[in-house]
Amino acid sequence: MALLEVRNLTKIFTVGSVFSRLRIRAVDEVSLTVQEGQIFTLAGESGCGKTTTARIILGFEYPTSGEIIYRGKPVQEFLRQKNWFREVQAVFQNPFETFNPLRKVESYFLEAAHNFDLAKNGKTAQDVIEEKLRAVGLSFPEIAGKYPSEFSGGQLQRASIARALLTNPSLLLADEPVSMVDASLRMSIVNLFRNLCDTLGVSVLYITHDLATAYYVSDRIAVMFRGNIVEEGPVEKVLGNPRHPYTRLLLESIPEPDPSKRREERVVVCEEREEYLRAGCKFAGRCPEVGEICVKEVPQNVLLNDVLVRCHKYASKKEV
Amino acid sequence: MSAILRVQDLQTFYVLEVLGTRKVVKAVNGVSLDIHENEVYGIAGESGCGKTTLLRAMFGNIEPPLRHFGGKVLYRMDGEYLDALSLPLHKSREMRFTYIAYVPQGSMSIFNPVSKLRATFMDFLESHVPGTMRKSLLALAEKHLESLGLSARVLDAYPHQLSGGMRQRVSIALATLLRPRVILADEPTTALDVVAQRAVLQLLAAVQKELQNTIVLVTHDMGIHATIATRLGIMYAGKIVEEGYTPDVFASPLHPYTQFLIHSLPRIGDKRVRESAPGNPPSLLHLPPGCPFHPRCPYVLARCREEVPPLLEVTPGHRVACFLREVNHGTA
Repeated sequence: MALLEVRNLTKIFTVGSVFSRLRIRAVDEVSLTVQEGQIFTLAGESGCGKTTTARIILGFEYPTSGEIIYRGKPVQEFLRQKNWFREVQAVFQNPFETFNPLRKVESYFLEAAHNFDLAKNGKTAQDVIEEKLRAVGLSFPEIAGKYPSEFSGGQLQRASIARALLTNPSLLLADEPVSMVDASLRMSIVNLFRNLCDTLGVSVLYITHDLATAYYVSDRIAVMFRGNIVEEGPVEKVLGNPRHPYTRLLLESIPEPDPSKRREERVVVCEEREEYLRAGCKFAGRCPEVGEICVKEVPQNVLLNDVLVRCHKYASKKEV
Repeated sequence: MSAILRVQDLQTFYVLEVLGTRKVVKAVNGVSLDIHENEVYGIAGESGCGKTTLLRAMFGNIEPPLRHFGGKVLYRMDGEYLDALSLPLHKSREMRFTYIAYVPQGSMSIFNPVSKLRATFMDFLESHVPGTMRKSLLALAEKHLESLGLSARVLDAYPHQLSGGMRQRVSIALATLLRPRVILADEPTTALDVVAQRAVLQLLAAVQKELQNTIVLVTHDMGIHATIATRLGIMYAGKIVEEGYTPDVFASPLHPYTQFLIHSLPRIGDKRVRESAPGNPPSLLHLPPGCPFHPRCPYVLARCREEVPPLLEVTPGHRVACFLREVNHGTA
């Protein structure tokens, strides 16, 4: 059984006043499945709806339509019984914003242990906390008595992951967990996710725009563009042989750590709102291979060799 | 080639006095740099290594708690070197943005959030271009935006109405309006996604090509340096530990820290395990004795714990501050 299943999730935001109301489909019929013990990447540029998807899964936002199934049960059941956050925990982008700067970091651990009844007394609570801190390469004396500003970004992000692990969740939702961390410490965080997944069996929904780390760490990937998933499949197949022009654009945009491979071609930049409201394929304004049909009709998902692609180019081709 | 901007043994420290105790944060601790005309000079390093402080000092903006303890920042103007840190206020005001421009970190906080960008642009132009009509100034701003591929419509927008990438490009447009000789860019692409990042870098490269000027680009992302920088300086704990032409640095990184920076980058099509440098960056408040990298260095020698290695030239244009180099040279 799949751990988390998202079915036809849609979220519509309305912007503007009565006279100029616009309906933006921030998340448009998104379906994805995360298996147990898997790292699943949701990739895309800012404003593509990946964070909104995460917020809906976490229950911070209500979907307009669609459902989220966790271990075969709808998520509302868990939310009603208030045990959703035992199962799913989040790691956010900027660790310095995750923690209140005026509170000691250890208080978050003790509070979580108290709220979730993880220990009977202070002593056992400390043992539980120590165990989780060890899993991320920290120890209790390292965090004891310290305020967030006394940590480096990488350390604090580890502490934030350790706090998320306290309730023994089966799924971690990591929203851009490394984009505020220095490039030199980024890999230690990414390796940590792999490690947690392999040793504790924690599944990770890794949300990022950085395809290089996504390729490095994840098993499956879904590329999102303006609310739609445009390509989804095993990471080697999607990034090794990108089919959708948008996936290719993302891949080309990674600054290659090799000075001999400087790119010459330029990217076209479009306005976000314009793209959300576009009829037909939303990528048509930037696509180098745009055809007549792309402007008129919404593309359908095509399954090609385990990879789901949403592009007119492949509509005529059948499963190989 | 003579340098357009020269930093000589610069020392600027933050001095904090809290409850009678004095804390000295050695943010820039003896940096010497020669930055040439018509090049992109990249400065790489982790957060808290003093990159931003170095840029601020280069811009001549030293305000308490930051204090100047020694060394010079020299600007070349009409063949002469001016000491940027002892210029009279009116002179340094005059030079800012006409000679040297600064693109600060975090585009959200650059612009006034409650006024339209037009007002920001007009404020800027009125204080720097004297005796011109309002209308022609506005036309200048519009023309400049269009030449950079941005629509002049952004002038009618409030900062929050633009996306992060767009805002960053507008801030670059503002900084380059008066065709400065040197542009200091502090993490211009951090917190942008890859596509927006590419557009910003594209714009910086285009501006540099057109004006034939110098860009000092600070970022911790080695991938960006590989794409855009001509020369590269690696900064660690307030010091430059390696400097050279970008292809040389990437082909043969000499400092163990640079090696970590380069080898930890993941690449598509390669799933081998990558490791970050072990440990954490040192606190600039309590620097370890000797080489500041020695607690994290896998090749540490007894000497590293006591002496600070000097920055020495190894091959033409490639300098490194590491005792390992000398050892290797001795055996080779």
